[in-house]
Amino acid sequence: MTFKLFSEHLLIVVAAEVLALAVGLPLGVLCYFSPKARKPILWVVDVLQTIPALALLGIIMVLAGAGKQTVIIGIALYSLLPIVQNTNLGLLQVDPGVKEAACGMGMGRMYRLIHVEFPLAFPVVFTGVRIAAVNAVGSAVFAAFVGGGGIGTAIYKAIRIQNMNMLMQGTATLMAIAIALDLSMGWVEARIKRGHSSMKKAPARRN
Amino acid sequence: MTKFFEIYGQMLLRAIITHLEYVAISVSVGFVIGLALGILLSRIPKWSTFIMPLVSIFQTIPGIVFIGVLFLYLGMKPITVIIALSVYAMFPVLKNTYTGILEVDEGLKEAAKGCGMSQFQSLFRVELPLAFPNVIAGLRLATIYTVSWAVLAAMIGLGGLGDFIYQGVSANDNTLIIAGAIPAAVIAVALGALIDRLQKLVTPRGMRRGAAQ
Repeated sequence: MTFKLFSEHLLIVVAAEVLALAVGLPLGVLCYFSPKARKPILWVVDVLQTIPALALLGIIMVLAGAGKQTVIIGIALYSLLPIVQNTNLGLLQVDPGVKEAACGMGMGRMYRLIHVEFPLAFPVVFTGVRIAAVNAVGSAVFAAFVGGGGIGTAIYKAIRIQNMNMLMQGTATLMAIAIALDLSMGWVEARIKRGHSSMKKAPARRN
Repeated sequence: MTKFFEIYGQMLLRAIITHLEYVAISVSVGFVIGLALGILLSRIPKWSTFIMPLVSIFQTIPGIVFIGVLFLYLGMKPITVIIALSVYAMFPVLKNTYTGILEVDEGLKEAAKGCGMSQFQSLFRVELPLAFPNVIAGLRLATIYTVSWAVLAAMIGLGGLGDFIYQGVSANDNTLIIAGAIPAAVIAVALGALIDRLQKLVTPRGMRRGAAQ
């Protein structure tokens, strides 16, 4: 288990999540704005996640060639479902009274979204990102298969040369990353939520 | 296109059948065991407080590793793949059965008791039917995972659609990749849609359109 494989793995996960956020957030907002677009968008991201990982990577590989970019695109597509779904859900769950108050203050549609609705929906969005990131750590194993490097390389090699030690090391590292990511993002999530509730309870203190 | 089917048609058909066989067998085995264990765990909540987290941790092990480990122990036999896939198919069913049964309204359980139902009657007449949509959601996850992981069977040389994808990738032959990937994707999406249908059918009448809860 070299450091290179480890950092490659992390790089793939982070890059994929950034890409997924860049695509998923606007899609989630679009779902929220237009109920007509919601159904097809949610259907497409759901179908994307249904496609077997290796099949999806294979198809992308035909288009994008072998290498990291293929894995990053593939994992980003997988991550879309929790991100889009939670963005949409978080925005829908914002208190209608708050939305109306913002409207009554004369805020425009985009202004309301950026300054009122999205900040209030943020904890739910973050939960989506957390689910996506933890899943991505597991899916990134398939990177090895399309020449993208990462811990999967060690695992594949271990299976091919039937080396149990190496296999266990790879797996343990992988699980450690997943669990560490889950716990740390869970901690951040709890803090964000706490911050939100204290903001609601004591608005007078913020002036 | 026609030339491709002349050469690979038979092989592709056989791969699809092998793939479906893996999925059908593993999902059936996993479903039965998962359902039974889920019911059992819901009866003894004391155990489940430490069994459920263990299940969650085990589930984070990627399928490929589990298949790999079993491969090293059991060798290159179809049973290796079937055991690995069954175990993975079991988890979502187990989890959803367990949470589904626990989520049944306490009041309804009490009412069942008040009607003079025995433990078993309450379980089979009230709790399980109410939990069933949840159980089927677990079945859907299990099926989709299994289709996905059955592709890995090819990694240890045991056929299925993964064969085409693996060969295509190593020979840099796009046609082969597509020939394996498209059917695998179609199977996953089709089975998912089929189970969605099933879920609508098994939802008790009172729960449709969210009447209860």
